Amino acid sequence: MTETADPIPVASFNQDELETPPLTLGQLTWRRFRRHKMAMFGAVVLILLFLYSFGGALVLSEKYANFADTPLRLSSPSLEHPFGTDTIGRDVLARTIYGGQISLIIGLTAVLIENIIGISIGALAGYYGGKVDALLMRFTEAMLNIPEIFLLIVMAKYFGGKIPEINMLGREFSGSVVVIVVIIGLTSWMYLARIVRAEFLSLKENEFVLAARATGTSNFEIIFRHILPNSIAPIMVAATLGVANAILAEAYISFLGLGVQPPTATWGNMLDGANNYLESAPWLWFFPGLLILLTVLSINFLGDGLRDALDPRSRAA
Amino acid sequence: MSETQPLVVVENLTKHFPVTSGLILQRKVGTVKAVDGISFHIDRGETLGLVGESGCGKTTAGRTLLALYPATSGRVTIDGKDVCKAKGKELLGIRRNAQMIFQDPYASLNPRWTVNAIVSESLRVHHLINNEKERAERVKELINLVGLSSRLVNRFPHEFSGGQRQRIGIARALASEPAFIVCDEPISALDVSIQAQVVNLLEDLQDKFALTYLFIAHDLSMVRHICDRVAVMYLGIIVELAEKNELYENPLHPYTQALLSAVPIPDPRKDRQRRRTILPGDVPSPVNPPSGCRFHPRCPLAQDLCKQEPPIWREAAPGHWVACHFA
Amino acid sequence: MSDLPIIKNTLLEVSDLRTRFHIPEGTVYAVNGISFSVAEGETLAVVGESGCGKSVSMLSLMRLIPIPPGEITSGTALYRGEDLFKKSEAGMEDLRGKEIAMVFQDPMTSLNPVLTIGKQITESLRCHLGLEQDAAERRAVEALERVGISDAARHLHDYPHQFSGGMRQRVMIAMALACEPSLLIADEPTTALDVTIQAQITELVEHLRDQYHMAIIWITHDLGVVAGLADRVNVMYSGFIVEEANVDSLYEDPQHPYTISLLAALPRVDQRRHHRLKSIPGAPPSLLVEPKGCPFAPRCEHVIERCHVENPSLMPVGVGHTAACWVNVQKGIPR
Repeated sequence: MTETADPIPVASFNQDELETPPLTLGQLTWRRFRRHKMAMFGAVVLILLFLYSFGGALVLSEKYANFADTPLRLSSPSLEHPFGTDTIGRDVLARTIYGGQISLIIGLTAVLIENIIGISIGALAGYYGGKVDALLMRFTEAMLNIPEIFLLIVMAKYFGGKIPEINMLGREFSGSVVVIVVIIGLTSWMYLARIVRAEFLSLKENEFVLAARATGTSNFEIIFRHILPNSIAPIMVAATLGVANAILAEAYISFLGLGVQPPTATWGNMLDGANNYLESAPWLWFFPGLLILLTVLSINFLGDGLRDALDPRSRAA
Repeated sequence: MSETQPLVVVENLTKHFPVTSGLILQRKVGTVKAVDGISFHIDRGETLGLVGESGCGKTTAGRTLLALYPATSGRVTIDGKDVCKAKGKELLGIRRNAQMIFQDPYASLNPRWTVNAIVSESLRVHHLINNEKERAERVKELINLVGLSSRLVNRFPHEFSGGQRQRIGIARALASEPAFIVCDEPISALDVSIQAQVVNLLEDLQDKFALTYLFIAHDLSMVRHICDRVAVMYLGIIVELAEKNELYENPLHPYTQALLSAVPIPDPRKDRQRRRTILPGDVPSPVNPPSGCRFHPRCPLAQDLCKQEPPIWREAAPGHWVACHFA
Repeated sequence: MSDLPIIKNTLLEVSDLRTRFHIPEGTVYAVNGISFSVAEGETLAVVGESGCGKSVSMLSLMRLIPIPPGEITSGTALYRGEDLFKKSEAGMEDLRGKEIAMVFQDPMTSLNPVLTIGKQITESLRCHLGLEQDAAERRAVEALERVGISDAARHLHDYPHQFSGGMRQRVMIAMALACEPSLLIADEPTTALDVTIQAQITELVEHLRDQYHMAIIWITHDLGVVAGLADRVNVMYSGFIVEEANVDSLYEDPQHPYTISLLAALPRVDQRRHHRLKSIPGAPPSLLVEPKGCPFAPRCEHVIERCHVENPSLMPVGVGHTAACWVNVQKGIPR
């Protein structure tokens, strides 16, 4: 124990300062998040949407979703087909369930790719600065200047049909799903890279980074264990918005006929299928469109709430 | 290494920062001569004070000393090893032996790490204790050593006060059992009564572990209290260096004299009696230091010689060094 | 209340000021019933460490506390006989800057970075004294020269970021004094400045104070600065005033254990080291807890049973000297 000539009673520190029970930053964040009503609403809706797409599969089989009951084609919503039937007689409700699975998976995995690329590039550029930064940022800006749609189309045309089918979750996915995911990931990482770079530029000047260098910690550890955890807030927000963006991107591609190929449904290609029936059979675009809208809105609310909750400046003492 | 050799030797250390301008291609338009040739040594077990006002370069000097900034020129030897040239494993070894305590208790601890993670980092990085459980035990010992309860090791920095965070920073610096610690304004951000706690702790640790300190500060009263010898910096160079009582009682350089006379004394009668030298003007910028003696624009004794020739660093009395034409 | 015989006119008299803040974590008891007065031309120093309530109390009487989350639960502040808490907001705006001026710690955030300093000074002059632009500019130049800024006319067109810290603080003082107020409230004005610049500024303030017979409330944690500048001193702790004295008595004969400990924790630039600094164990109490008993009791080495139960009010301990303590520290017995 201490042999100080002027003993400092250890117990007194305990009593005075830390009467509050230990609250991790995670718990503090959750508390702040809870107060944000719109964000909670968004989170709830999102959970419901996931339950709908993945839980609904337990109720209606995929075979049913792909079953073309031709005599009933283009029938409006009824008891038997609550969302109506499509151009060849398939049940729209079932297709939105299975379509939802793909759209949501595309959203999540595209964001994963985006994050890995965006964080890596942003972190390296922001931390090392100088020539590394200049090179990486010019590359990022070049990518930004190319219109996303153009990139999407070019890549879709080139890669479409070259990737085989995959088996996952008890379903068979057309290889075009992978293509879409990769394309979206490769074309939307730039925003995140810029944000992460900005975070790193400012965070690396902090004294705790200098302290880590004084300890002898390697650059790799400083980047990933010291600085990155402190920039979770903007990354999380960008990630949630990225999911929304990916789902919309999938819709665009599908609308151009370059997306996931039928019979596999996605919300996006269902919209495409409704192209010629906008007025005559509105249920064809209404339901997938509504689901896309709900997903994107709730993700945006969630992102708002996360951003406020994670703001280190509003940290309670 | 011989016991009588100084632990730290600094020779003509300089650190210049380029000032760049331009959007696409950064052009160098000037140089900030933050540290412009300083030399001193620190003996084992000694506390050397480095004082000066803002812009004098003392913080930059401390960081360059530990190779946190690459030196522009000069030599630093810690325990016989050349710091400026060291790389890789050798540099890691130096870092283990020479640590730093930082000024800002709120910024110098990673807000996302627990106290345990913060204090055990150097044990991990230097492979001193490879077993996680043993490391945690050692962290508890260190935390107790600085006067905090070991029950607090899993808490986060934001749960502690400024003084407590500074103690955590001290525990972190001690973890690798260094011989030399650079204390960069460790108490400036703390309340008066907490300053005394932390200073007493630093002294106790020095006695217990035979530590050597470089104590960088602007509070001249505290420096007199804790240091053995004191160096005064102005615009990137050391203008005076002496044993502490010699410096405070017999200051030779006009800047030191003015600095000492400006320090408030908590004794109304004495304060009324003292004669103050008020320096005109502001502390100049290190981008364009004045010609000749850097202090000449503000110096009450300045003559033509001072504008033309920088004064030589010489030993005016035993152990008392000064850079002034007229001291 | 101080029993100093009244030889000067009382300018400001504050009674039983209590200020609280309502935050999600609870109620912050920032100021817990303080009373003090300032006479014309007098310099009162308010000393304490962070969280003691020294800044909040001054902001309260200037009505600059945001309400909510702030709440001034009691108190009167008689300025020249008129209660500041009963004045309208318009009346307060009229008073601020003209009669009572404030100078803050960080001149960078108190000066508007997008307006020239000339504009900021003349705005104040035109607003309070109703001067025309030309007359206001002339007075602004005078004000800058008075604070030792040479070539003032040219500097009127400069922006705050073009000045150094010391110069900016001079500009703040110039702005504060432009309308020749009777009372200057300075909240840690030199804390962020280098010691040689601090000496310049304190010398300037002393000179201007003598020239304009201005009263000053100087808020600081620096007991060195106080010794040189103040006539009287109030020591604050945890929202209470724990000792009041004239400056010589406070340093030569401190009576409250907190004051004594604070002085014993100070190193000296003019003396050889005699002994270790005396540190106060523990930390100040949380302001979220309603104070019961003496706030210093948990850390006091002279504590007796009564201290935990009853909060002492300020009691006379000498001429013009009061302390809020149940114990006579020199004799070691209860009062």
